[in-house]
Amino acid sequence: MTPLIMICAYLFLLLWVGRMGYVGHARHTAADFFLASRTCGAFLLLMTVFGTTMTSFALVGSTGAASTRGIGIYGLMASWSGLIHSACFFLIGMKLWYHGKRFGYSTQIQFFRDRFQSPGLAMMLFPILVMLVIPYVIINILGSGATIQGVTQGAFPRFFTATQGGIPAWLGSGTVCLVVLIYVFGGGMRSLAFANGLHASILVILGAAALLLVMGKLGGPVAASQRVAELRPDLLIRGAVGKIPEHISHWEFLTYMFVPLSVGMFPHLFQHWMTAKSAKTFRPVVLLHPIFIMIVWAPCMLLGIWAAVAVFQNGAPVIPPGTRPDAVLGLLVKNLTNRYVAGLLGVGIVSATMSLDSQFLALSSMFTHDIIVRLFGEQRIGDRQRIILGRSLVVAIVGIAYVLSLVAPSTVFTLGVWCFSGFSALFPLVFASLYWKRVTKAGAMASILMAAVVWVLLFRASGWGANPKYLFLGMMPAATMVISSALTLVLVSLVTRAPAPDVVERFFPEDRLVATRLDLPGAIGAQPAPVQAG
Amino acid sequence: MSKHYVRNRRLMWILFAVLVVLHHDWWFWNDGRLLFGFLPIGLGYQIVISIAAGLLWGWAALYAWPDEIVEAIADEPAETSLSHAH
Repeated sequence: MTPLIMICAYLFLLLWVGRMGYVGHARHTAADFFLASRTCGAFLLLMTVFGTTMTSFALVGSTGAASTRGIGIYGLMASWSGLIHSACFFLIGMKLWYHGKRFGYSTQIQFFRDRFQSPGLAMMLFPILVMLVIPYVIINILGSGATIQGVTQGAFPRFFTATQGGIPAWLGSGTVCLVVLIYVFGGGMRSLAFANGLHASILVILGAAALLLVMGKLGGPVAASQRVAELRPDLLIRGAVGKIPEHISHWEFLTYMFVPLSVGMFPHLFQHWMTAKSAKTFRPVVLLHPIFIMIVWAPCMLLGIWAAVAVFQNGAPVIPPGTRPDAVLGLLVKNLTNRYVAGLLGVGIVSATMSLDSQFLALSSMFTHDIIVRLFGEQRIGDRQRIILGRSLVVAIVGIAYVLSLVAPSTVFTLGVWCFSGFSALFPLVFASLYWKRVTKAGAMASILMAAVVWVLLFRASGWGANPKYLFLGMMPAATMVISSALTLVLVSLVTRAPAPDVVERFFPEDRLVATRLDLPGAIGAQPAPVQAG
Repeated sequence: MSKHYVRNRRLMWILFAVLVVLHHDWWFWNDGRLLFGFLPIGLGYQIVISIAAGLLWGWAALYAWPDEIVEAIADEPAETSLSHAH
């Protein structure tokens, strides 16, 4: 019962924190609802971005993975993510923020439509982005329900006999969706930013707290690690030991770097970047994001490998053989600590699944701006109508996503990594848009098409996700997707007509700044060339 | 763009490439030693890589940041997007 009380308290706290972001701060404009009027400071942006990019895998999945595949999981996923995510925030996020501020973008589709002067490209990209986000949302909804059912097992034996007394997953996830709906509906991005700040704070604290509390029960970190070295030395390395094959191949380890490129194209992350107050707001984000990842993941690695060999005083294993990897952390905490820590862990896992608040608002923003406003015209949909639309769409999207989660097959979980890979495959598009003047509309469209085709082919080859360890030519599928879409983008761009000079000038204004300093034609302050409409 | 900015920007890319290469620690691939008696050396090394990544991008955000470009042009009057002219 204690974990349930703590989770309920957390949900109420979320509502209160979400309300804080709204009352007294809201400006009742569409820009405020969707983008917090672009006023987010460094701390909020850091916590929001970190909270959004960390899923429940950061706690639960990583511990379970370490208990079976060893410490190599950290290098495979966490340190690559730290290096690549911050690179994306610095190279992609800041530039997109800059263009967004100049031209008033709220969604990626607006940027790409403008950059390539192509409503067709925008319409091609829109359904792909939506379809890649939806499984991600469903997985988070299912994760929240499963967590609540797990931590409340035995609490209500008379009411919920089918779930051994635990609150059924459909009820738990429905409650989480309702809480998210309330604060996103009420305060939009402002409430969401405050709520994500709370999510991120809990994640940062929880991993280290669990480590400190568990290691005492295992005789201290030295004894716990020595036991691993004696009984499961394979978990301390990545290579093969005796008859135990290697846990991670060199190619898999190297090519995993393509997966974190996905953050460059997450719609919800794009929206968070747009909220930054200034370019300087990004500084703490790029510095601290890898450090925060390390603080969350490193303790989970140690907990995972210790869990693999931990025993009670009577010699019985703390983690029974055959335990699912994603149940390892929960069992470890439950068996070795007290109900308060177990409750805190439950809170942490639920909070990690609540990055779906960003996804709900991003989808609402996309449908509002890219479909409805586009269809009816900017002049006909005023500020007030956009807020009403945005809120209505949040309700509709939460409702539809929740219903989909009730009917989704269990295989939806395998889609998680594939969704990330799909976003990664689109990374060459956003990078070229920001850094390559010669990229063309045809090249961009061909790249999107190639990314989609390769994604489907590899997903099919993996048995539609049935093989969670699928590699192509020994590499992560994302590597093939990124390379093929990048090559297509470059080759097709080079053989098609170059973009119009005025478009290039608008998206690469640093050339004008150089001209200004050298007092050349085209300097800032000189009359710009007229823009051709249509 | 100042000479320092151009130089620092090149240095940033070089350091990034160096970190990418150093990330693949084949020298600790089969090394099961424990640092301080409890920390697997492979994990300890990757923790250092994470810290180095934060320091690299933090340094870039201070010294390879196109502040002058971004801030100066951000102060220009807001322009409408080309698609809004459609």
